[in-house]
Amino acid sequence: MKRVAYCELRGGAGFRLVLAALGLVMGLGLASAWVMEHYGHVVTGMDNQVVWGAPHVFAVFLIVAASGALNVASVGSVFDRALYKPMARLSALLAIALLVGGLAVLVLDLGRPERLVVAMTSYNFRSIFAWNIFLYTGFLALAVAYLIVMMGRGLGGLAKPVGLIAFLWRLLLTTGTGSIFGWLVAREAYDAAVMAPLFIAMSLAFGTAIFILLLAALVWASGRVPDTALLVRLGRLMGIFVAAVLYFVAVQHLTNLYAAEHAGLERFLLVNGGVYPLLFWTVQVGLGSVVPLGLVLLWRPHSPWVPMLAAALVIVGGFAQVYVTIIGGQAYPLELIPGRQVSSSFGDGSIAAYTPSMPEVGLGLGGVALALVVVLIGVRALRILPENLTGDQAEVAAAPDARILHP
Amino acid sequence: MSGDVRGQAPCGCDAGAGEARPSAEEANAAGIHSARRWFLKSAAAFTTVALAPGVTLMALTGGASPSAARPPSQPASSGQRWGLLIDASRCPEGCSACVSACSQENGWKGTGHPRTDAQWIRKLTVRDPKSSVTRSVPMMCQHCASPPCVDVCPTGASFKRADGIVLVDKHICIGCRYCMMACPYKARSFIHEPLTDQLAHAPRGKGTVESCTLCVHRVDEGRTPACVEACIGAGHGAMMFGDLNDPQSEIAKRVATLATRQIRADLGLDPGVRYQNL
Repeated sequence: MKRVAYCELRGGAGFRLVLAALGLVMGLGLASAWVMEHYGHVVTGMDNQVVWGAPHVFAVFLIVAASGALNVASVGSVFDRALYKPMARLSALLAIALLVGGLAVLVLDLGRPERLVVAMTSYNFRSIFAWNIFLYTGFLALAVAYLIVMMGRGLGGLAKPVGLIAFLWRLLLTTGTGSIFGWLVAREAYDAAVMAPLFIAMSLAFGTAIFILLLAALVWASGRVPDTALLVRLGRLMGIFVAAVLYFVAVQHLTNLYAAEHAGLERFLLVNGGVYPLLFWTVQVGLGSVVPLGLVLLWRPHSPWVPMLAAALVIVGGFAQVYVTIIGGQAYPLELIPGRQVSSSFGDGSIAAYTPSMPEVGLGLGGVALALVVVLIGVRALRILPENLTGDQAEVAAAPDARILHP
Repeated sequence: MSGDVRGQAPCGCDAGAGEARPSAEEANAAGIHSARRWFLKSAAAFTTVALAPGVTLMALTGGASPSAARPPSQPASSGQRWGLLIDASRCPEGCSACVSACSQENGWKGTGHPRTDAQWIRKLTVRDPKSSVTRSVPMMCQHCASPPCVDVCPTGASFKRADGIVLVDKHICIGCRYCMMACPYKARSFIHEPLTDQLAHAPRGKGTVESCTLCVHRVDEGRTPACVEACIGAGHGAMMFGDLNDPQSEIAKRVATLATRQIRADLGLDPGVRYQNL
């Protein structure tokens, strides 16, 4: 059985340039956060009806994707698929990075981010939000532990049990994130048990999509060409997850459509809600689901670009999905008195307008940049990347005490 | 104001006259006063019984305050459940006395950004699409017995006092706005801008969430909320405040005998604010 050799990513002018560019975007994110905290959220597009805006779209997307990014490692460790084992380290690193990026955005969007210590010391255990704090920090710790046992000499035996715990934990984590919305009985767009499995499927699709693009980019950065067969296999795995997301989305909307009380909401989200139906049908369902499904499942491509294109589309569609879920769900007014039309100076009964502001988008992009910087520093400093990676080496198995080849 | 008159004698008589035996003239005068009082009481009782439900709200709430002052050393009691009863038939569409009073009492006001300005209480126009009949009612925190804002708050900043008043601990609110997502009444506001000139009894702060406190500072002093007082002062008497747990309180009697409703009762939150004729 072949052993896998891991190496650090070579540094160079290109590496430094990318790092500097990402540093700039991070700086933009920090500046955005400062503007929001200094002047208050009045500088954002958020208000008293759309209380969670673009930063939450970025944060939820990154956090959900973090859980899914660990999937490649889980498939290798927990389900013993040898093909995926060499990529497990990168999978764990990406999970850590995405979670750090997402949490940074979430925290910096708080009205009082300096009170983070309060959130860590004062808990209301009836709150799913409080439970999520444990789920996120626990996931972070598990992913780090997973990475350590995969990389440490003589710790290889622990990879499977730690991987299994991490696998179960991330199912819990995404259930928790979905339940942040699913347990909101006040809002018609949420208040559904399907949100938990939907978020799990979303996490697997988004995380795998980001992993595909990152893997290809890092292989290129190492001066090699990504293996088409490997990317195609990862793309097909992603396709299964995208199909699962579509299934749960269909269940969610069909359930709502069956209940007459939700007809107005469904009309808003699917037909006449302006930007939301457009994003739903065109970007989320069309470009982000149907097209990638066609690319990876119905077609046997001979180019690494095809699964990469599919992955990019899944990411774009995923952003659209989270946007429609979070912003669209809030833009539709609360049903204060069923059967009556209500209006007020506080926007009751009317659709809320929301336009993301520069600081919001800047903060979100800063979180994405932070995640990528964590990945880049990780692959530069640690032996994360396998030296040789092809999709037809089914006999390849990752050995924690593998001979390390330096570049 | 009712809270201010509770320390005074119930009438203008001199309370020190008991030491000397009353003269015939004095006795006669006392008899006349007594008869006058009996007549006035009887007339009031007749009026109360005769008129339609809702008409007497003003008279009842204009009397002694339904709450008694609570010493600061004593905790709020779970034996009480403060609540409001709002008669939509007596709430005129153009009147916003309750809103103005709340704003003045608690120091929240418009900043020129209506989408982000706080509104602890607002006037809601409710229209029946079938009949086009409209009603105008105040909407504020409903002080639920099972408040979802309290359930979802990660730090416990949203909390419910033993006497049913739902509040925000401004010291540990981190501004996550999850309570705003969870509230079915859109009763909470996020402070989007820096504030100045805050009032000592109504602490507010940029980056935190706030809502109607049921004028807890007044209730603890044995006074009624500012909105109720203003509604009475404006001559409408559409709002009644009291202890829902006290069967002898006017609000509890009305809730027990009249067709009142809770908004979004289907959610099972048991709001402390009830509406009549809505």
